[in-house]
Amino acid sequence: MKRAVERHLNILEFTLASLLRRKAKNLSLLAMYLLVIFILASLLFFVTGLKREAAVILNDAPDMVVQRLVAGRQDLVPDGYAAEIAAIRGVTAVRPRLWGYYYDALNGANYTVMAGDDTTAISEKATIGAGVAKVRNLAVGDLLPLISYDKAPLLLEISAIFPSASNLVAADMIVISPVDFQQLFNFPSGQATDLAVTVRNAKELPTVAAKIAARFPDSRPILKSEIQRTYQSVFDWRGGMTLIILASSLLSFIIFAWDKATGLSAEERKEIGILKSIGWETSDVLLLKFWEGLVISLTAFLLGVILAYGHVFFLSAPLFAQALKGWSVIYPDFKLMPVVDAYQLAVLFFLTVVPYTTATIIPCWRAATIDPDAAMRY
Amino acid sequence: MRRSLQFLLFTGVSLIIFMLLPLHALRAQQRSADELREQSFLFKSLQLTDLCLTTEARYTRHPAMADRHAPFQSHPVALEHFPSGSLILPLLPGRDRL
Repeated sequence: MKRAVERHLNILEFTLASLLRRKAKNLSLLAMYLLVIFILASLLFFVTGLKREAAVILNDAPDMVVQRLVAGRQDLVPDGYAAEIAAIRGVTAVRPRLWGYYYDALNGANYTVMAGDDTTAISEKATIGAGVAKVRNLAVGDLLPLISYDKAPLLLEISAIFPSASNLVAADMIVISPVDFQQLFNFPSGQATDLAVTVRNAKELPTVAAKIAARFPDSRPILKSEIQRTYQSVFDWRGGMTLIILASSLLSFIIFAWDKATGLSAEERKEIGILKSIGWETSDVLLLKFWEGLVISLTAFLLGVILAYGHVFFLSAPLFAQALKGWSVIYPDFKLMPVVDAYQLAVLFFLTVVPYTTATIIPCWRAATIDPDAAMRY
Repeated sequence: MRRSLQFLLFTGVSLIIFMLLPLHALRAQQRSADELREQSFLFKSLQLTDLCLTTEARYTRHPAMADRHAPFQSHPVALEHFPSGSLILPLLPGRDRL
């Protein structure tokens, strides 16, 4: 046992010395390999974290949202729809939602303006998201001036700011009273942006949706499961940028493995020839190359995954944030809750470390089985 | 110390950190349960439908409320041009209906 360990240690010693002899080549290989793993693992962590958070939060989404379409575009829903939907068997509540977007010409930001409950939202007061407070430099008690659609100023006093912990939900939100909402957007009374419908039994949701669609052919019911599925397909691997990241990372990895699998450099063949001529067995040479592949790939894998974890969960994924931020003026600075999916990490390991190590051994096996003299003369 | 032992030590430490990642994640999840409750409460009380991942386009701010045509409705020959549009897909046509 001790002898076997000593043999492995000696071969590992020789492997490290051999790798350090070609320091520049191997370090650049390690850096590129690490970068590929880092990007793939970051994507994995980011998507898993986002999907988990979405799954938890979206559990509290309305059972169904009913929109109205006119000429293929969303239009306002008259109050009469709400009354008729509320009368459908199984529907327990219908709440008209008043919400819309406000473009702030001062800084180019888009806010989501929403009317709160009559009971919670007080007239001429507003509760704003941390993103709005940051971009307009506002604190509780300050006045937020908005220009209504009939060009009259609307002054709202900030009554509260949503904590930054709720950025993922409300960073760009301004919650005001229904009266202020109607005044701001010149919004017709007796109409709503859409309807939030609560159904007693979740199993009846498709039936209720079918009844609504039959009763109001211009309506578009959106079920909670569809809302949840939208976020499960966010960063879908078929999506533009995700596909580009995945394809470029995998392609770079295939190039590495291909480079290794297609052959050895003349120097490496000569090294194998010399080792064989001084008495190394074929199995020793293969072990040497196995360690060589493992040193590079295992180091790149472990460091890549650890750095990716820090990048996504400690630094809030600045690499992907740029893509999400796009041209947004308000960018929610949210921290994802760490999630580690062992299955996905195992897949990443078997897709990267195993093929690379195998690709390192195969050409060496071919070189190690020929005559040492021929290997040196190659 | 032999170079091989130095490497094994380095790999061992990396492996320990790697193995600690799920434990750290679990602990962080327990710690942020209150924050999550707060977000859920806000979500429920305002009857919200979407997460605020990006604010640049209506259909990526509220993808669950948009449809597949939304990015192309700005003007007759509109092309989808917001960066976040390549990451966030709008609602897929209902498979959950009858």
